Amino acid sequence: MGLVDIAFKFGLILIIFVISLVVAMYSTYAERKIAAFFQDRIGPNRAGPFGLLQPLADGAKMFLKEEIIPTNATPFLFIVGPSLAILTACIGSAVIPWGQTITIGGHVVDLQVTDINVGVLYIFGVVSLGVYGVMIGGWASNNKYSLLGAIRAASQNISYEISMGLSIIALLMLTGTLSLREIAEQQHGANWNIIRQPLGFLIFIICAFAETNRTPFDLPECETELVGGYHTEYSSMKLGFYLFAEYINMFISSAVMATLYWGGYNYPGMDWMLAHTGPTIAPIIGVVVLFTKVFLFIFFFMWVRWTIPRFRYDQLMDLGWKILIPLAIANIVLTGVVSAALTHFGF
Amino acid sequence: MESLSNKRKVLEVKPLNLLERAYLPAIIGGLATTMKHFFRKPVTISYPEEKREFSENFRGMHSLKRDEDGKERCTACGLCALSCPAEAITMVAAERQKGEEHLYREEKYAAVYEINMLRCIFCGLCEEACPKEAIYLDGDIVPADYLRKDFIYGKDKLVEPPLNQ
Repeated sequence: MGLVDIAFKFGLILIIFVISLVVAMYSTYAERKIAAFFQDRIGPNRAGPFGLLQPLADGAKMFLKEEIIPTNATPFLFIVGPSLAILTACIGSAVIPWGQTITIGGHVVDLQVTDINVGVLYIFGVVSLGVYGVMIGGWASNNKYSLLGAIRAASQNISYEISMGLSIIALLMLTGTLSLREIAEQQHGANWNIIRQPLGFLIFIICAFAETNRTPFDLPECETELVGGYHTEYSSMKLGFYLFAEYINMFISSAVMATLYWGGYNYPGMDWMLAHTGPTIAPIIGVVVLFTKVFLFIFFFMWVRWTIPRFRYDQLMDLGWKILIPLAIANIVLTGVVSAALTHFGF
Repeated sequence: MESLSNKRKVLEVKPLNLLERAYLPAIIGGLATTMKHFFRKPVTISYPEEKREFSENFRGMHSLKRDEDGKERCTACGLCALSCPAEAITMVAAERQKGEEHLYREEKYAAVYEINMLRCIFCGLCEEACPKEAIYLDGDIVPADYLRKDFIYGKDKLVEPPLNQ
């Protein structure tokens, strides 16, 4: 690996980091704007044209607010909580393939920070770590609402991780690899995994809503019951970190869903595009395609948020344990039987 | 028991069937409903720039009228203050001097005329009581302010601007 390659890698890391943050920032703007449209309103429109500077104003406000650490809180853990939340949210993007290999000035660069052969497991590990930020923050606040929110987050994430993992197993039975790069390559053109795994995708997206604590599964922070949930005691940028982490998580899980099920950077007619535009432009179009998919997913997240009311806690647990897990297991069996039958009859 | 209005409807609580328990059809229905709203025109009126249209008999801020020659119509009879249920109006009368005929229509006029906008309930009784057609509640909404004393409007704010000379 030459010096130039290392420089490219660092550049890529930096770009992805910045993109994650910018997407998270503008997700807050998009959320408010989309919520407004769904409710026949206009939404933020005072800061800059169409209110486009609103996230900057919000960010400045967050930084300027008073930093409060409650007397009875555990100061060290109180700070560790949001730091951990934003850290785990940011490192998830490392294994996502953002595009095909691109040729820039004679150098062939992978548009992926690292292609570890257990990419899917890595994502799962990072997602599981994410709940520690919430848990520690809620615990350290020394407030019963925070603690209840944290406990809810922990039990909810544990419950839904199981069915999420089971739905992925069915997918892995077909792909035969855990590397996200290879999974993306297999879906070349329009050969997307959603065709083979519609039920698996349905289970996965429901679990993704639960994992990112989005409506209808936003019980860890439901205002009507728990004041603010696990971040009740937080103020200033520490609160900002929690909110940011939530939006980055949404971005990353959208990217994962797009990569695993919706073909990632693949699109119909990509070979024709590669032949006609060359190895520099074509991968960039692939990146744009991937981001379009990601933004559509983010829009879907928001669309659902402003449509569906929150689940009750027992309904949440019922759905997770009694419906999604059996369904995911049935999906595994079905996938196994069908793919064995197809192989047997020689398709 | 027989219901009197005949409007009572007995609801039957049935356990949800499989399709209903799957949530998804209901969720898709809900998503369709919200998507319809997504493309609807917003009902927001961006207030300071845009104003909602008032009805014709809307009662807003008072104005003290002038007659066709630009003279103040008010003669400080005090009927408006008397009729005011909120006791918001107060005035001090003065006699018209020589050479002021072009300013005031009657021989007596209001040297001070004050309405406390925090007391006023915009009922319009002053308008009805006035024998000289001098006061009308035909203005805009009373604007917000910071101090209570600034809500006592004097003649500087109430009297119509003079006609074009």
